[in-house]
Amino acid sequence: MTNLTFDISHFLAGGMLVLSFVILYQDRLSSLLNTFAMQATVLAAAVAWQAQVQHAPHLYVTAVIALVFKAAIIPAALRRIMVKLGIHREIEPVVGVGVTLLAGVGLAALSILLLYPVTADAQAFTREDLAFALAVVLLGLLTMITRHNAISQIIGFMSLENGLVLAATGANGMPLVVEISVAFSILIAFLIFGIFVFRMRERFDTVDIHALDRFRKGRA
Amino acid sequence: MSFAHLISVIGDNAIAGVLGIPLISILVLAFLPSYRAAAALNIAASFGSLIAALALFGADPFANDLFLIDSFNIYMIALNCFVAFTTSVFSASYIEHELETGRLTPPLMRFYHAMYQAMIGAMNLAFVSNDVGLMWVGVEIATLVTVMMVGLYRTPAAIEAAWKYFILGSVGIALAFFGTILVYLAAQGTLGEGLPALAWTRLQAAAGHFDPSLLSLAFVFFLVGYGTKVGIAPLHAWLPDAHAEGPTPISAVLSGLLLNVAMYALLRFKMILSANTEALHPGPIMITMGLASLFFAAFMLYKQQDIKRFFAYSSIEHMGIITFAFGMGGPLANLAGLMQMTMHSLTKSGIFFTVGHIAQAKNSQRFDDLRGLSVSHPHLAWGLAMGVIAICGLPPFGVFTSEFYVLSSAFDKAPFLTLLLALGLLIAFGAMLMRLQDVLFGTPSAVNHRDTASHIPLFVHFSLVLLAGVYLPKPLLHWFQQTAALLP
Repeated sequence: MTNLTFDISHFLAGGMLVLSFVILYQDRLSSLLNTFAMQATVLAAAVAWQAQVQHAPHLYVTAVIALVFKAAIIPAALRRIMVKLGIHREIEPVVGVGVTLLAGVGLAALSILLLYPVTADAQAFTREDLAFALAVVLLGLLTMITRHNAISQIIGFMSLENGLVLAATGANGMPLVVEISVAFSILIAFLIFGIFVFRMRERFDTVDIHALDRFRKGRA
Repeated sequence: MSFAHLISVIGDNAIAGVLGIPLISILVLAFLPSYRAAAALNIAASFGSLIAALALFGADPFANDLFLIDSFNIYMIALNCFVAFTTSVFSASYIEHELETGRLTPPLMRFYHAMYQAMIGAMNLAFVSNDVGLMWVGVEIATLVTVMMVGLYRTPAAIEAAWKYFILGSVGIALAFFGTILVYLAAQGTLGEGLPALAWTRLQAAAGHFDPSLLSLAFVFFLVGYGTKVGIAPLHAWLPDAHAEGPTPISAVLSGLLLNVAMYALLRFKMILSANTEALHPGPIMITMGLASLFFAAFMLYKQQDIKRFFAYSSIEHMGIITFAFGMGGPLANLAGLMQMTMHSLTKSGIFFTVGHIAQAKNSQRFDDLRGLSVSHPHLAWGLAMGVIAICGLPPFGVFTSEFYVLSSAFDKAPFLTLLLALGLLIAFGAMLMRLQDVLFGTPSAVNHRDTASHIPLFVHFSLVLLAGVYLPKPLLHWFQQTAALLP
C-alpha cells in the first residue's frame, strides 16, 4: 500500500469527522441538513476509495447508495417536510456550544485511545479508519442527545449510521450482506421517522421533543 | 422411505418453513381487506410456523456460513413459534373489541397483521442465523416492526413511547453493529476474509487465536447494544412505556419473545468469549447488571399505577434474574437460566393476555379502576391470580422450580450474592401481592363490560407452567441439561 492511498483514505475519513463537529453546532435546520448531505457525499467518496484500494467492486454499490440516497434523496425529502411543516427557517438554539464541542473533542480522543491499543495487529489503514468511524458514531450520539427537535435527532442518527458504514467498509472484505442491510435499515428508519414527524405535528402542533416532556408531566 | 428418514427430510427443510411462512403471509395479509379473514389467516400462518418449528426437532444439527441448527436454537424457535401462535389466537379476540370501540380501524388492522408476521419472521431469522451480521439484521427488523406496532394507537402517549423506544432501540442496535464489525476484525486474521469470519460456529472454534483485547471491546459493544433490547438496567428506559402503550398482544410478544431474542444473541457471544482464555470474563458484569435490574425493578413495582407498566417492570426483574444466572455460569446455573427464560416467556405472555382482557372489560389500565375483579369477572380473577402466583415464583408453578435452581446453583459459588438475589425476589413479591389483592377484592369499580373473549390461550399457558412445576418431562429436562452444557 502506497503512502498516497493511505493519505487519501485518511483525508476522507478525517473530513467526515470534521463535518461531524460542524453538525454539532449548526443552529439552523437547513444548514444542519446541508452539512449532513456533505458528510454523506464525503462518505460516498471514502467508500468508493476503499472499493478501489481493496479491489472490492461491490463496495461501489454502497458508495452509490450513500451518494444517491443519503446525500440527495433523504435531504431533499427532509427539506420538503420542513417546508410543509413551516419550520425551514426556524432557528433552534443549541445549548452550550462550547461545552458540546469540548465533549465532542473528548469523545474523539476517547475513540482513538480505545481503539489504538486493541487493534495493534490490524493494518494501520483499518486501525485509523476505525478510530475515525467510532468518533463519528459517538458524535452522532452526542448530536442526538443535545438536540430537542425531532428532525435534528433524525439527522444525528443518520450521521451515526454514516460512521457505521465507514467502519464496515474499512474492514477488509466484510460480507456484502451487512452493507446492504445497513442501507436498507436507513431506508426503513427514515420511513418510520417520517411517519412519526407527521404524527407528532398532528398531535402536538410541533416537532419539538419538549412537547412530549410536557405531556409526560401532565400525565404524571 | 422409512419414517425416521422422512422426519429428517422434513426437518432439514424446516428452516425454509419458519422463515418462508411468515414472509408469504406478510404479503397476503398486507392486501387482505377483511379483518376477520386476516385474523384467521394470522392464526393459520402462526400455526404453520409452529409446525415447521416442531419439525426442526427431527432435523440433523447442521451449520453452514449463514444458517445454524443446534439444540439451543431449535428449542428457542419452538418456544418463539408456540407463544406467537397462542398470541395470535388471543389477538383475534382482542382486536375484535378494539374495532368495536373504534380504537383501531380496518386499514390499521391490515397493517397490524402484516407486521405481526414480519415480527415473527424476523425473530426466527435471528434465531436460525449462524452469521453475526444476519442475526443483527433479524433483531433490527424485529425492533423496527415493534416500534411501529407500539405507535399503532396514535395517541400522544403511544407516540411518545414509540419515539423513545425507537431512539433507544436504534442507538442500541447501532452499537451492536459496531460490535459486529469488531468481531469481524478480530476473526479476520485467523478465519480469512468474507463470510466465514462472521459465522458463530467457526468463531467459537477459533476464538482461542483471536486478539483478546479486541474481543473484549467487541463484547462491551454487544452488551450495551443487545443489552438495551434485553432491557437490563440501566438500559431499560424504553421498556415500560413500550409495553404500556402498544396493543396488548404486542406487549405479550415483546416480553415473552423479543427480550429472549436479544438474550440469545448475548449468550452466543458469551460462548465465543469464554473460548478465549485471555479475554474479559463477562460473568461479573452480567451478575452486577442482573442484580441491579432486579433491585431497581422490584422497588419500581411499588410505584406503578398502570397494570401494563407494572408487569413490564416485572419483565425487567426477570430478565435481571436470567442475566444473573447466565453470569454465574456452570451447568446448573445455565440450566436454571434456560428454564427461567422458558417459564418467564410462558407466564408473562399469559399474564399479558389476562391483563388485555381485564383492560378491555374495565376500559382502563389504571389500578384504581380495576377493583373487585373476583366479583365482576371471576374467570379473569382466577387467571390473574394464577399468573401472579406463578410469576412470583411460588410453588407449585414452574417459575418456582427455575428460581430455586438459580438460588441453589448460585449459593455454591457466592452465598452473599445469593442472599441479595433472594432479598430482591422478596421485595418484588411484596409488590405483586399488594397489587393482586387490590385488583381481586373490594367493591367492583363502576365500568364493567362483559368479557366475551376467549380464555383458552391464557389457561393453556398457565397450565403448562403448572405442569412444568409439578412434573418436568424427561426429554425436556434432558434438553435443558444438554443445552446448559453447550453454554459456558
